[in-house]
Amino acid sequence: MNTISRRRFLKISGLGLGAASLAGLSPRRLGATAAASAGTVRAVPTYCDICFWKCNAIAHVRDGRLWKITGNPEDPLSRGRLCPRGTGGIGTVTDPDRLQSPLIRRKARGGEEWVEVTWDEAFDYIAGKLQKIKVEHGPEAVALFSHGIGGAFLKHTFKAYGTPNIAAPSFAQCRGPRDAGFLLTFGEDIGSPERTDIRNARCIVLIGSHLGENMHNTQVQEFAEALGKGATVIVADPRFSVAASKAKYYLPVKPGSDIALLLAWMNVIVTEELYDQAFVEQHGFGFENFKAEIVERTPEWAYLETGIPPEKIRESAREMARHRPATLVHPGRHATWYGDDTQRSRAIALLNALLGSWGRKGGFYYPSSMDVPGYPYQPYPKSGRGKVDNPGKKYPFAHETISTGIREATISGQPYPVKGWFVYATNLIHALPNEAETLKAIQALDLLVVVDVIPSEIAGWADVVLPEATYLERYDELNVEYFRDPFVALRQPVVEPPGDQKPNWWIARELAFKLGLGEYYPWQDIEEYLDYRLAGAGLSLGTLKEKGLVKGTPAPAFFDEGVEALWPTPSGKVEFYSLQLERAGFDPVPRHQRQKEGPPGSFRLLYGRAPVHSFSRTQTNPILRDAMPENDVWLNASVGARLGLRSGDYVRLRNQDDVLSSPIKVRVTEAIRPDCVYMVHGFGHTAKGLRSAFGVGASDAQLITRYETDPLMGGTGMNVNFVSIEREN
Amino acid sequence: MLELLTTRNNPMIDPSLHVWGWEIPVYLFLGGWVAGAMVLSGWLMHRDPGTERPSVTRLLPWVGLVLISLGMVALFLDLEHKLYVWRMYATFQPTSPMSWGGWILIGVYPVLLLAGIAGLPPALADAWAPLGTLARRLRQSDARRALVLANITFGVGLGIYTGILLSSLGARPLWASGVLGPLFLVSGLSTGAAFAHMIARDPDEQSALLRSDNLFLLTELALIALFLIGLATSGVAQAQAASLLLGGPYTAAFWVLVVGLGIVLPLAIQSLMATRRIGHTLVAPMLVMGGGLALRFVVVAAGQASFWP
Amino acid sequence: MARFGMAIDTTKCVGCMDCIVACKTENDVPDGYCRDWIAKRVEGRMPDLRMTITSERCNHCDNPPCVTCCPTGASHVHVYGKIVLVDHGKCIGCKACVASCPYGARFMHPDGYADKCTFCIHRVDKGQLPACVEVCPTRCMTFGDLDDPQSEVSRLVAGRKHFVLKPDAGTGPRIFYLE
Repeated sequence: MNTISRRRFLKISGLGLGAASLAGLSPRRLGATAAASAGTVRAVPTYCDICFWKCNAIAHVRDGRLWKITGNPEDPLSRGRLCPRGTGGIGTVTDPDRLQSPLIRRKARGGEEWVEVTWDEAFDYIAGKLQKIKVEHGPEAVALFSHGIGGAFLKHTFKAYGTPNIAAPSFAQCRGPRDAGFLLTFGEDIGSPERTDIRNARCIVLIGSHLGENMHNTQVQEFAEALGKGATVIVADPRFSVAASKAKYYLPVKPGSDIALLLAWMNVIVTEELYDQAFVEQHGFGFENFKAEIVERTPEWAYLETGIPPEKIRESAREMARHRPATLVHPGRHATWYGDDTQRSRAIALLNALLGSWGRKGGFYYPSSMDVPGYPYQPYPKSGRGKVDNPGKKYPFAHETISTGIREATISGQPYPVKGWFVYATNLIHALPNEAETLKAIQALDLLVVVDVIPSEIAGWADVVLPEATYLERYDELNVEYFRDPFVALRQPVVEPPGDQKPNWWIARELAFKLGLGEYYPWQDIEEYLDYRLAGAGLSLGTLKEKGLVKGTPAPAFFDEGVEALWPTPSGKVEFYSLQLERAGFDPVPRHQRQKEGPPGSFRLLYGRAPVHSFSRTQTNPILRDAMPENDVWLNASVGARLGLRSGDYVRLRNQDDVLSSPIKVRVTEAIRPDCVYMVHGFGHTAKGLRSAFGVGASDAQLITRYETDPLMGGTGMNVNFVSIEREN
Repeated sequence: MLELLTTRNNPMIDPSLHVWGWEIPVYLFLGGWVAGAMVLSGWLMHRDPGTERPSVTRLLPWVGLVLISLGMVALFLDLEHKLYVWRMYATFQPTSPMSWGGWILIGVYPVLLLAGIAGLPPALADAWAPLGTLARRLRQSDARRALVLANITFGVGLGIYTGILLSSLGARPLWASGVLGPLFLVSGLSTGAAFAHMIARDPDEQSALLRSDNLFLLTELALIALFLIGLATSGVAQAQAASLLLGGPYTAAFWVLVVGLGIVLPLAIQSLMATRRIGHTLVAPMLVMGGGLALRFVVVAAGQASFWP
Repeated sequence: MARFGMAIDTTKCVGCMDCIVACKTENDVPDGYCRDWIAKRVEGRMPDLRMTITSERCNHCDNPPCVTCCPTGASHVHVYGKIVLVDHGKCIGCKACVASCPYGARFMHPDGYADKCTFCIHRVDKGQLPACVEVCPTRCMTFGDLDDPQSEVSRLVAGRKHFVLKPDAGTGPRIFYLE
């Protein structure tokens, strides 16, 4: 329990808190100053949906209205404390810009002119189009873009419909390269929640990762815990981030030169023989070949690439070695930067391997999950044509579906046509690079359906918009978490939707019936489904409704707890030298390639997260908007002086392809290198329905017209755009 | 480079404090004016007892009643919780100049009213017998002495309270000056004197008021100098506050409106008037009154813009 | 008698604003207003930079100018933990307290009274922590009795290097920032 127990508090305060001792604190007086305590309160456990972390929460309803949301003290993820977005979650329910009823497009796509229809009419329209596409082009011609656990039932419906083309931007536009890099090295990926043992780390190395600004709850909590225990922090980032302000070594690396820095660190650790020799000998494959390459990558060489003085590189490398194996070189999450991202992630994996942090406390743990059997559905139809996103295994190390690959196929019609997109809870306009390509693909479609809570940009381009109930108004799939402490958690409705919004499970099920796929939904309603699954694990829906989550027994998480070191790589070892990369024509040991520079007078556009917003979906949440109503663009002080700009001035950014942003406030600061600018992602909305966020701040996504595709797994490196700055008058 | 960022963005607080608009400076100005008028009335009544000449003391209390009422209206308009204004009089808070002020105002009204009645022309007062009786009673020497004392006491009280109201709010370095109280008091006296000599019809009285006004204006100049020197030589916060008036956003208004047009120019004109090198003109006292108003506006606004680092 | 205060560990705080959001929902703080906020102070030149992040709110001062200036007694130091409170029913909205606070901690509630942090007295009264303290993901805030030398907050203030905000204002603030 994180709530201070009453007895302990009494001791702390040294004051009896019984009613009798509250001299002078008459109830009337307290009532006048503390209205918040009034009313009858009902507490409903559920789990959060503001981001993908899925913390367990308790929603408090006071006099029938949502009041607040707090962390579930039993939750291993939130440890009783939600992040600011989760805490502000009730704003998703009260958001005045929410979609209210199903809409069918009235005019041209993107015109955002709608006719309100009934669910039945909407389903008839969608089902008619889907059946037609199936007849004319096959079921594979429909793609589902789905982000988050809420898409589980839609995925089921579309698998039943017969398409293998199910994707989320979270792979090719986010964590894909990271997972590919670790898979190539350790044979295992990082997963979500990340398997990082931050709380036990003695040294934390962050490369562009801005923990504390991104609020992946458990990670930030453990980061602070490690700081409290005196862990050393090393941060390489062109921007002086919050994490950088906690660092012993802050290295303002030139954007795009991270691999050079990583290679130089490894050079120091290898040449000074500071690495975990036992681990490397026992588990390493191709170390000698790796070493032969790495000895070339001296700190002096890296200095020319990164701008980091050789001594700083040496000192920070020795610091890492001093604390090994409890040195965690964090793999990051949003890793699609320059198109060489899988190799960078591999370099991070290799540095961790040298430090012996995998499977060790303070490094990477082995997660486990509870055994909650799935629902026994009948088998899905088999597709003869395979997935459309990666023809001929062009990207040999893509282990998930490439969303931009589906977009490419939609435009080209190759390897086969894609005629329908069904988009769930992902704003593709803000998530995919190069908006023009997305719009081009949309024009090639016969059907675009968007399920969302708010009228996002992608909803604006849809033929049919389906309003979803928020996470506080619906049941959802169980979260069977794969984590250090396994658990199963329930999302359940706390309040009724205010309008004609429906939960995704209902939408998926109704649509399946309209498509004649009713046999795939043998259960009548979600409670029956959930209870069935839970019964398989010896649990019941009643228990989950009351508790929110049930914890399993943690399995051993580290080698010294009995985890067997098995490496599911081709060599069966940790691959310092990768033969499979060599065979596929790639560098078997990561190499640094200099990034292309922008036009003179331009700045590399970098972007990141704010702690109070998730993607582009929370800017109209009244509580979170209040906390951060607009983004700003960071500009180095010397550049600001040269351009005559001061903090608070408004500018527009023009990128190399002449795309002009909406006006954005400038922050003139020492806290960023002079060769780049930075903004928080998710602002600068262009959808008319997002009234409170429309045109507020600027959108990095709009300015990301170019991207470098990672040849290994198809990820889209997006830090390759350059902007010039124009004063807004 | 030092960069300060805050997520706070509360109305009236950020980016800089502006809780008080025109209402408070207008109230402070009118209050000071009435305070000055009361002190001067007391002085004139004491100086020339039993006069039958047309003294301004006959008019000043009535003008004072109107002005203080206008001031109270301004004050009332500034309140955010107007229906609760009676709460002022359900308590007395000894540490709060505002509470003192509230109670002083309770006394100011009857004093002004009685002084006014005392000065009523008999023809007017006798229109209603009880009023005539009261007026006559008030003109007797013991009552007159009491009125002199009450006028001066409540005048000084009102003047000091409107002066130290701001300087009691410790958060604003510009206001955290002991000179501010005397400065506002003297400014009120000069405003009151300017108005009085503007409407005075008796040449002797007008001359006395004019000379006293010049003295007040000179004193005011000296106090302003002390005020600025005191701020500039205190801590960092006060020095920064002084720079608002010595080379910042309020510099022009302060030096042109308050010092130049409000004190120096009318002082020059009135000096010429006092030595009878020019005749009496309305321009000078109007400038003095304008200067008094400008002083309150500048000090209220600049004070809100000053802060502890 | 207790004298409540806080110690906030700036080495842990990441400025995520969870304290602000939690306060907002807990206390129904209206849209566009906040009772607590994050301040960042960035000093130095790239790459030798320092940033201090502080979660700020009413300091519940030992010598509160907002209380001494109040003409109606609406602003008061409550006997319970010496928490500085505003009695809404007594406040006339003169704003003197708002002008008197060197921290800018007070604001005028749209309903016409001066409003600010209450240290969540309604929660503390029930043995709970203030909402901001309870939500903080970094656990950087410690709340308790400064007059009890055994309390965690007292021990932190006694044992760690710390600073307070605007010490020159002479208000005796009771929120201590640990360095």
